[in-house]
Amino acid sequence: MKRGTTVYLYELAWILPSVAIPVGMLVALLVTAFGAGVHLPGREGRVDPTRVAATAPFDLPGVVALAPGRYEARMVAQTWSFTPNEIRVPAGSTVTFVVTSKDVVHGLLIHGVNVNVMLLPGQIARVTARFDRPGEYPFVCHEYCGIAHHTMWGKVVVEARR
Amino acid sequence: MTPASENRLTAAYLIVALIALFGGVVTGLLQALEHAGLNLYPPLTPVVQSYYHSLSLHGVLNVLVFTTFFICGFLQFITSRALGIPLASRRLAWATFWLMTGGLVLAAVPLVGNAATVLFTFYPPMRAHWAFYIGLTLVVVGTWLVTLNLALTSRVWRSRHPEARTPLAAFMSLVTFVMWTIASAGIAAEMLFMLIPWSLGLVAGTDALLARVLFWFTGHPIVYFWLLPAYVSWYTLVPRQAGGRLFSDPLARVSFILFLVLSIPIGFHHQFTDPGIEEGWKLLHAFLTFAVFFPSLLTFFNVVASLETGARARGGKGWITWFAKLPWGDPSVAAQVLAMLLFAFGGIGGLVNASFNLNLVVHNTAWIPGHLHLTVGTAVTLSFMGITYWLVPFLSGRHLWSRRLALAQVWLWFVGMVVFSNALHRLGLMGMPRRTMIGVSAYIQAEWQAILPLVGIGGSILFVSAMLYFLNLVLTLVASRGGPTAEGRGAPALPEFAEALSGPEHAPAILDRWRPWLALALVLIAIAYGPTLVRLAATTPFNAPGLRVW
Ligand code: HEM
Ligand SMILES: [Cu+2]
Ligand SMILES: [Cu+2]
Repeated sequence: MKRGTTVYLYELAWILPSVAIPVGMLVALLVTAFGAGVHLPGREGRVDPTRVAATAPFDLPGVVALAPGRYEARMVAQTWSFTPNEIRVPAGSTVTFVVTSKDVVHGLLIHGVNVNVMLLPGQIARVTARFDRPGEYPFVCHEYCGIAHHTMWGKVVVEARR
Repeated sequence: MTPASENRLTAAYLIVALIALFGGVVTGLLQALEHAGLNLYPPLTPVVQSYYHSLSLHGVLNVLVFTTFFICGFLQFITSRALGIPLASRRLAWATFWLMTGGLVLAAVPLVGNAATVLFTFYPPMRAHWAFYIGLTLVVVGTWLVTLNLALTSRVWRSRHPEARTPLAAFMSLVTFVMWTIASAGIAAEMLFMLIPWSLGLVAGTDALLARVLFWFTGHPIVYFWLLPAYVSWYTLVPRQAGGRLFSDPLARVSFILFLVLSIPIGFHHQFTDPGIEEGWKLLHAFLTFAVFFPSLLTFFNVVASLETGARARGGKGWITWFAKLPWGDPSVAAQVLAMLLFAFGGIGGLVNASFNLNLVVHNTAWIPGHLHLTVGTAVTLSFMGITYWLVPFLSGRHLWSRRLALAQVWLWFVGMVVFSNALHRLGLMGMPRRTMIGVSAYIQAEWQAILPLVGIGGSILFVSAMLYFLNLVLTLVASRGGPTAEGRGAPALPEFAEALSGPEHAPAILDRWRPWLALALVLIAIAYGPTLVRLAATTPFNAPGLRVW
């Protein structure tokens, strides 16, 4: 009987921290995530993947200025390129990327900022990032999308303000 | 004693599993060398037609075929032995094996022929040959029949032992298969209602998001389907192999029940970056993912405490230094303890993946293959290798050809994996995408190039380790001795199940009941997935045509 009791005490001594550790980490996560305003992609609506070229805003891919320092980049992904594959904005801009895929699943990962999103045919993806430092920020397709997947990339060029 | 028929059944599953693993490590080597700048694909073109053909073979052979066949063979063997009775139906068991093998062959034809170069996740609207989808579906149906046979077997046992607790190893095996059977409903629905009719041309379109939701309904819990059989060995066999006892039998049952309840309603953590799912549901799945960390910590504690009893019985002292007194000369133990060690890092990396905002840094980067080679590629694979170091001698009646070669193999895997996985983790943090022919990519960065050779070196060490493993097994079968040996060993024997410090008599009856836990699992699934699945089923237009893009 004594052996059972000792085991029981050890179990208890472990169970309590085993609850506390994940709970503590979860709290830390929520505080940092929402404190820093990090958001995940959500529901932004659908688009018919066979009619992307005829559907606004994807009929006119490119960068549009919404307000001073605020831009929207409308992009289309297809095998094996992004349209457009170069985005130019001035330093200090906040850019919202509105992207979809015309064919298979692609992805968009922009180096140097927190943009990492899947591009699914049928779904509109919308993510926002701020570009402070002038320079080039390469972006790549990070989901296998066919035989030349490794050639699918582009860059955000952030120009110094004069 | 298990009857000879179960032994043959297990041997049959093992043969298929190990052939698959062989193909898996050869393709792995090619990929690792490609990353290091050594592109061997052009001369291999007639057989392996591209990097992505190789990667499709690698994923399917390793994590769909090797794991599944090994698990079916191993857990049917363990259940029958733990209960001390044969499987309820041998005919069903063999029919199941042939169904699964038939399905595998059907899927393998287009896969090998480059008509299913869609990777092991086969996301539509990339469209493979229909035989690939139907073949894989038959394999899944086969696993359900294994569940049925295990459940029938445990019923027979229960009718003879109405009051006793189900022996731990059998209980764990059953939990594993029941969890998997519920979990595989997602992939089954994806196949039956979407991919199969679409690949046959019966319907024109499909939908990427709904397919991904159904895939990951199964795709997260499948990792527990791979892992729990390794836990079965860590909990019920390794403590005794290490000269000790299982610390707590009831706690082991608690953690398995929690895996049953919590493994499934967390699949959105693979879809944090998918558009089309509300952030709130993703947050709920993140919460529940952290909850599964709890049974994982319980397992960590229980297994380490059990190892400690063994090491102390062998004269181990100190808080940490007892670790050195484990029976490191036994390759089966060494393999599994090293697997546990690397799994600790895999677990920590997994927490990063699950962490919502940190996921944005690592999703679909090389970090992910870095992580999954620690988990399924080592915690599971190296443990399974350790198990075969006693299982193959037992089944064949021949001693392991060389224990020292086996020890070298195990340590090489460990060292190779440290190098390989560390390099991939770092490359991932530098934004290098996964599933990509990096060596010839248009955007390869200078900072990646400094680390990529380590992927090649680590991968080559792993490959050498795997070849030594196969060599040892083949020589065991063809050149080794049966029966007692000159060094005084008897005929190859099985490790016995470990006794427990706190045994099943301390386990409350509720831990041996199924209905409450199954009900809880289904309720959680309904909450976590119900609204999204209902919405998608009602509103999805199925308007994406299929494409062959390779
Ligand atoms: C010699 C040993 C091995 C080597 C050198 C190796 C190498 C690799 C490499 C370089 C990749 C990354 C490919 C990419 O993202 O482009 C990869 C992916 C992968 N490996 Fe391995 N691997 C080995 C063994 C294993 C084992 C034993 C397993 C599991 C049982 C495994 C499972 C996987 C999976 C699931 C992927 C991801 C596939 C995908 O993204 O579709 N590997 N492997
Ligand atoms: Cu792409
Ligand atoms: Cu997961």
